[in-house]
Amino acid sequence: MLEILYQFISEQVLSPITALIVPLDYQAQALIVLQTIIKILSVLVPVLVTVAYFTYAERKVIGFIQGRIGPNRVGFFGFSLWGLGQPIADAVKLIVKEIIIPTGSNRFLFVSAPVLSLAPSVAAWAVIPFDDTKVIANINAGLLYVLALTSLAVYGVIIAGWASNSKYAFLGAMRSAAQIISYEIAMGFALVGVLVAAGSLNLGEIVNAQSGSIIHWYWLPLFPLFVIYFISGVAETNRAPFDVAEGESEIVAGFHVEYGGMAFSVFFMAEYANMILIAVLSALLFCGGWLSPVQGIPVLEDLLAWVPPILWLLAKTSFFMFLFLWFRATFPRYRYDQIMRLGWKVFIPLTIVWLVVVSAMVVADVPPWFN
Amino acid sequence: MIEQIVFYLFAGMLVFSASMVVVMRNPIHAALFLILSFFASSAIWLLLQAEFLAITLVLVYVGAVMVLFLFVVMMLNINKVTVEEGFARHLPLGISVAVSMVVAMGLVVGSDYFLSERYTAVQQLDPNYSNAKELGIAIYTEYLYQFEIAGAILLVAIIAAITLGMSKLKITKAINPNQQVYVKKEDRLRIIKMQAEPKNKNEESDA
Repeated sequence: MLEILYQFISEQVLSPITALIVPLDYQAQALIVLQTIIKILSVLVPVLVTVAYFTYAERKVIGFIQGRIGPNRVGFFGFSLWGLGQPIADAVKLIVKEIIIPTGSNRFLFVSAPVLSLAPSVAAWAVIPFDDTKVIANINAGLLYVLALTSLAVYGVIIAGWASNSKYAFLGAMRSAAQIISYEIAMGFALVGVLVAAGSLNLGEIVNAQSGSIIHWYWLPLFPLFVIYFISGVAETNRAPFDVAEGESEIVAGFHVEYGGMAFSVFFMAEYANMILIAVLSALLFCGGWLSPVQGIPVLEDLLAWVPPILWLLAKTSFFMFLFLWFRATFPRYRYDQIMRLGWKVFIPLTIVWLVVVSAMVVADVPPWFN
Repeated sequence: MIEQIVFYLFAGMLVFSASMVVVMRNPIHAALFLILSFFASSAIWLLLQAEFLAITLVLVYVGAVMVLFLFVVMMLNINKVTVEEGFARHLPLGISVAVSMVVAMGLVVGSDYFLSERYTAVQQLDPNYSNAKELGIAIYTEYLYQFEIAGAILLVAIIAAITLGMSKLKITKAINPNQQVYVKKEDRLRIIKMQAEPKNKNEESDA
């Protein structure tokens, strides 16, 4: 259905427009540019809508876990609809609020910090495959690109903390920088394990290397790396129980304490976009991406053949997104030195050991994953 | 045509940001311009279809090295006045170092070796051509010894850096979270049975 819509837009809308405006020599290129913009929008708009409703889901889920109702008033046209209008009301409120720039702050960096934190988490979606064919940029070094972009998210936090000219913001930025650097190493090693197993840096090829039923996916042979990757992802996104960068009880709100209105909400969106990105990457790298869990199993495969592949990916992603909320409702916050210990003394040695194990398994062609 | 526009855009950005690194008075601004120059050079590498090197440059230098750099610069809070002190005194030495660097670079990067006629234009590579694979084959077969030696040097540097950092550790009062996480309730908490206080005595004190 999506393909048909895309075909329709590209043939009935874009082609006439380019034929009208662009000179004849450049029409082919202009059409490609416009088609790419349509593709980008078709990924970005759902991602940003998911970000908005992820905040709603968080408040609802944590509410239910804690025996509360959560937001249930704001709806549409006089119907409360379980509070489904809440994210939109929040967005309107944040847009109309004033952005206060503190005295003594670095004005340019203060304003650009939220953009710097949102941009990488959105740009990383360029290489995420939703299907065998549905990907904006099918580049060879896709995994490396994702790792590079997720490592850039820290700049928004650091620059915000420094440019605010505030102690609490600065402390939050320092904590966040140290934490992200530490967990990035464990995360990188976990990804090295994946690429040793798949023999490719291309995300689509990594998913296809896992084809088979649920036991063929990499979560089983790379189980320690899978767990470490996801926990490092929680730490990289500064989420509970690793949210010392915000630490409401000690440093008020950490790096974004001086931000208000839309500038604050861009930070908020970046955090949720990063969570969705980590969730979709966990699904792609360790849980077979768009592959069906019952692939190759005689009766079940036929029963579930009607499910489009993208739905499997979305289901897996939703599960990991739910885990983020579950963690936040369950665990108390880690102390800073314990975060460092977990990252450096537990995760990094464990990943190095498991890298050796994975390499041995690949060399020995251990079935059913590596034959 | 478009490639040339992109090249000049990023080359200009690279030259501009690299000179701003030197000119900027605020060290944090200088560090941020250094990050921008890494980005620009990474984009130029992408134009050469060296995507592995380009992404690795961003990943290693921008994603890790410069974060630590900024971290340190922000913590130090460098005073501008002390930086400018002794500018005239160090000027002769500075100029001589700068001149010798320019001469040395001119000899190495001069037109003898880097004349554009010596090089063919970058060819359009096959879309399936994997940069990472080619690099891996070259490093692990042809240049294995050099690669191993570089690895050994880095290992020595890591050990040296850690030893330097460790020397002061003895006098700190840092707690050991390794032991801390194994603490059980029984180690810290003692529950004792004791007689309850008589009830009427409590009421008297309340009144």
